[in-house]
Amino acid sequence: MEKVLPLNKNKVIDNKREATAKFIMGSKRFSSFTEQLMETIFALCGFSAVAAVAAITVYMIISGAPAVFKVGIVKMLFGTVWAPTAAEPSFGIAYIVLTSVIGTAMSIAIGVPVGLLTAVFISEVADKKVAGIVKPAVELLAGIPSIVYGLLGLLIINPVMGSIERVLFADSDTHVMNGGADLISAVLVLAVMILPTVINVSETSLRAVPLSLRQASLALGATPVQTIFKATIPAARSGIITAIVLGVGRAVGEAMAIVLVSGNTVNIPFPFNSVRFLTTGIVSEMGYASGLHREALFTIGLVLFAFIMMINIIINGILEGGDKNE
Amino acid sequence: MKKTLKLLTVCVLSALVLTACGSTDESVTGESSTSAGSVIRMSGSTSMEKFANTLKETYLADTGIEIDCQFTGSGAGIQAVIDGTVDIGNSSRVLTDEEKASGISENIVALDGIGIVVDKANTISDITKDDLAKIYKGDIKNWSELGGNDAAIVVIGREAGSGTRGAFEEILGVEDSCVYAQEINSTGAVMAKVASTPGAIGYVSLDVIDDTVKCVSIDGIAANTDNVKSGAYTLQRPFVMATKGEISEQKQEVQDLFNYINSDKGQEIIANAGLVSAK
Repeated sequence: MEKVLPLNKNKVIDNKREATAKFIMGSKRFSSFTEQLMETIFALCGFSAVAAVAAITVYMIISGAPAVFKVGIVKMLFGTVWAPTAAEPSFGIAYIVLTSVIGTAMSIAIGVPVGLLTAVFISEVADKKVAGIVKPAVELLAGIPSIVYGLLGLLIINPVMGSIERVLFADSDTHVMNGGADLISAVLVLAVMILPTVINVSETSLRAVPLSLRQASLALGATPVQTIFKATIPAARSGIITAIVLGVGRAVGEAMAIVLVSGNTVNIPFPFNSVRFLTTGIVSEMGYASGLHREALFTIGLVLFAFIMMINIIINGILEGGDKNE
Repeated sequence: MKKTLKLLTVCVLSALVLTACGSTDESVTGESSTSAGSVIRMSGSTSMEKFANTLKETYLADTGIEIDCQFTGSGAGIQAVIDGTVDIGNSSRVLTDEEKASGISENIVALDGIGIVVDKANTISDITKDDLAKIYKGDIKNWSELGGNDAAIVVIGREAGSGTRGAFEEILGVEDSCVYAQEINSTGAVMAKVASTPGAIGYVSLDVIDDTVKCVSIDGIAANTDNVKSGAYTLQRPFVMATKGEISEQKQEVQDLFNYINSDKGQEIIANAGLVSAK
């Protein structure tokens, strides 16, 4: 992408305006009927998204709520035993929820610093040639299907984690050996998966910081690195926070990649334990589940849905707060 | 001009939609009229769900006769046959003497064999049923305890609800007490995990075992179709379709169904479900 300096921006916009005006004036043949028809179509398209959200919300509550009442909300959310097919079934999802929270937090802790610094590199530090190599690579990373990340994790990360585990827990009596399918493997895969989101969104927000701000900082005697950390990044703050929250959303909702690497047993989310996430819990058991078991899986979906909703509310709050500050 | 064109398009489209509606209506009524009146009622084992549903669909397609399947559990299925509320009771275990005494005939249609697989580098080639149960309960944690290499055992199993898991735990008597390191949601993925994880052990249907993994024998008996049929290989369970009295005493529809199962087509369904024919 070419760098557009703020001065040139106006010119570009002017050019666009001219083109639009020409287009409109040159199309007198557009009848008022077509105008109205298209307006209706636009409105329909707009409402279809709203309708989809409303339908999903209603469906998730209708299908997820019954199990909560049958099992009991406390027993379900704070119970630690997940044994849906046992003689006396138990539907505690506390460890599953905890795994999703901790796993996401850990992957953010790894992915965000790397992603942010990559964005700084692309937008501030690298010369055009190098940036021209790094940026397409990041965009390519975003396009890779999640199952491929999972396969790579399975073939590369799991065996490595397995050999570390064999050394660390050689004398442990309580640890269940899982051959490297553990929380860390899943976190590493997730951290790589959120990189493109974090990099792209924070790079855009860094680029949106006016050049004058940087120039002022440099003119006051700050070094380029000081300018980046004290002027540019703080100015791009709300965009970077958006990037982080979008990364959280991606990590919480990912299923296909981590189902292959996480081991998928319900355990306390310690780094070397085989763990189950909200998403993988649904993916792995939906196939043969029936009755209350199936309903409980929908409840897990509802919890996941609530998480995503919370993330969206947070992101809106941040964006509004950021606007007020400026 | 344009408007007329548009109107025309709308007319053509709505006509198409209407005809589409009409044709579906027709097909629905056509179907229900052929299957009305001849229904076989079946109830029982949840483990047999996959097999029973495939049988139901194929049978409906081939003969137009509907099978009403319910999955209530083996015990409940047998009870339903005794009570006469269903024609066939599905059971994934042999019948008890008590059940047989109440005049129920044990028709074994297929055998569900389970193979135990380990990674190829493992030196163990035979395992006893007791040791297998201990491994899955977490009492044996290292292959050296069984005379193998000094390698930690990675216990791999299927997800809750899986028929293979249900069968395996039921046969070994380790229901609800297994300590799994990994729970995997497909047979193929279990094979891949076992093949790639040093020290791993897993269970899969007999029919999928290939040379990427090592299949161990149980109590000295190799896991193969012949040994499952003869009964020597103990990691198996029968799929019983119990009837009240002999098959020959049943109503014609039920007799036809059993003939169908014994035909090439029926045997194909059994093979596709990963089962061993009982014939």
